[in-house]
Amino acid sequence: MTEPLLQVKDLKVHFPVTEGVLFSRQVGSVKAVDGVSFDIQRGETLSLVGESGCGKSTTALAILRMLPVTEGQILFDGEDITQRFGNQLGATRPRIQMVYQDPFGSLNPRMKVQDIIGEPLKVHRPNQTKPDYTKRIKELMDIVGLLPNMADRYPHEFSGGQRQRIGIARALALQPDLLICDEAVSALDVSIQAQVINLLMQLQKDFGLTYLFISHDLSVVRHVSDRIAVMYLGQFVEVKARDTLFSNAQHPYTKTLLDAVPIANPDIEAQRPQPLIVGEVPSVRNPPHGCRFHPRCQHVIDQCATTAPLPYQSDGGAVSCHLLANRATTESAAP
Amino acid sequence: MTNPLLSISDLGVSFRSDEGRVHAVNNVSFSIDGGKTLAIVGESGSGKSVTALSILQLLGDAGRIDAGTIMFEGVDLAQHTPSAMRHIRGNQISMIFQEPMTSLNPVIKVGRQVAEPLVLHQGLSWQQALSQAETLLHQVAIPDPKARLEDYPHQLSGGMRQRVMIAMALACSPKLIIADEPTTALDVTVQAQILALLKDLTRQTGAALILITHDLGVVARYADHVVVMYGGRMMESTTAAQLYRTPKHPYTKGLMSAIPSLDSDTNLELATIDGQPPNLANPPQGCPFAPRCTLAEATCNAAPPDPREVGSNHLMACIYDD
Repeated sequence: MTEPLLQVKDLKVHFPVTEGVLFSRQVGSVKAVDGVSFDIQRGETLSLVGESGCGKSTTALAILRMLPVTEGQILFDGEDITQRFGNQLGATRPRIQMVYQDPFGSLNPRMKVQDIIGEPLKVHRPNQTKPDYTKRIKELMDIVGLLPNMADRYPHEFSGGQRQRIGIARALALQPDLLICDEAVSALDVSIQAQVINLLMQLQKDFGLTYLFISHDLSVVRHVSDRIAVMYLGQFVEVKARDTLFSNAQHPYTKTLLDAVPIANPDIEAQRPQPLIVGEVPSVRNPPHGCRFHPRCQHVIDQCATTAPLPYQSDGGAVSCHLLANRATTESAAP
Repeated sequence: MTNPLLSISDLGVSFRSDEGRVHAVNNVSFSIDGGKTLAIVGESGSGKSVTALSILQLLGDAGRIDAGTIMFEGVDLAQHTPSAMRHIRGNQISMIFQEPMTSLNPVIKVGRQVAEPLVLHQGLSWQQALSQAETLLHQVAIPDPKARLEDYPHQLSGGMRQRVMIAMALACSPKLIIADEPTTALDVTVQAQILALLKDLTRQTGAALILITHDLGVVARYADHVVVMYGGRMMESTTAAQLYRTPKHPYTKGLMSAIPSLDSDTNLELATIDGQPPNLANPPQGCPFAPRCTLAEATCNAAPPDPREVGSNHLMACIYDD
């Protein structure tokens, strides 16, 4: 088996909480990501799903090396990039690129489209000749479905979907291996969202891209992913192959999440039980002890409040739940 | 047959802008009975929010109702003076906005904000109104409501804030509640809680609910009747069940197949609708969807088709039958 493109081992990203202005001291920490491990194979799409504040975006920014890592290791193509920042990343930087959520905030309003798409080329390939540079920009615009006469326009002249195409062209400029899409289609209308999803899928086929896809929209995630990791308060609760997760979700939180998504078909909806959901996501600043989901879980047992569950292997993936782990142990112990 | 609670016919709304008058809503008609949920679905710029805001005349200085009537319990709200409207808003018709963070006043305690409509419209004293507010917070399932009365909005989570908004909207037992994307800013599990709560409360009180959303899944789960809007016009209007079983308008059909759903085949490409939504400052002369429609012909570009009956309780604005 080949080495995964990206390996993340026990990643922790904690933000300090300080008090006082002049002699500020640390009084605690927000454990935005707290012990997350996963691999992504070349050409694979791994999705991170979860509700706001669960640490999806923090994980992405840590991999991009835009946030300091508190503990753990990030290996990209076999190379440890955990302690590298900015210039030290050297040749690795162009290989990991990101498409952002907000198609309005992520493009400089005072730059023309060709300059936005060309900026990474100017930074990372300063020796490129002018004709090569213009040719590459034309090529990129063509790839994402923008017309050549749009090169001289400014971002405000484009609709949301077209802006997201500009953002994708910029991310592709340096021929990355890993593309991180942080809620890349969430801000778009349904009919435009489908266009952008199809574009991303096509690009993956054409260029053998590897995706880390972050979204809260489970139906989009189901469409694009090979594997899915469900996050809750900074930790993974379940990681599974796409079809296994949707047909046989095991963790109570995953089930809750799936039940909560309305299906666009009244006939199916009429037969589904109304979701029974207790409470809200607690603050990451003060997460519950033990299993972080236990205050909202309907199947809670004593153990859940005291010790954090370890992931155990199941169905070709991993689930972190005491109840399921206990059940599995009893079943395997039985003759 | 009795008259419906709210009945809008041929509504037209326009806004003054640098590019001339923008006709945001044209020729929209629908009605709703007490206890029912009507969803207005559409993409950004389709005119769904403007339609809702015009019911309460919340159109600002630039906006104006140009045509049509908004009959609410036998009176035309479109003809109401601003001061007459003040007696309606928050009293007989209330509104829940999308952003629970910006629609609550950050420097006034929650209890006072929930109690305010009761003091204004029902003449209660602040003391009576505050104890009523406690009951309301209890009704929307906020834990420890007495203590929450003393909280400021920033001390509550997004879901709790939206519950406060709902409590405020319910305060004067309105006959109609308009919810403009009430859960778009919230997480899915909280969204499910809030919508189920709204639905329960309207069922209990017999109030009608107009739900504005872009999420067709939400519509399938909660709506009785659906109005699909595009480019400021009504494309299709029918019961939720019929809309999903037999969508007739090419835009509705396109929309249905463009959503990735939890039971679709993932090996297929998503169906897309090519092109971009129209710019309303410079709208197409004919059907707003014609430039993106695969069936469009010359007549479509000449004049927008009027909504016509294509089945029982089923209106559609397209020259084709299906």
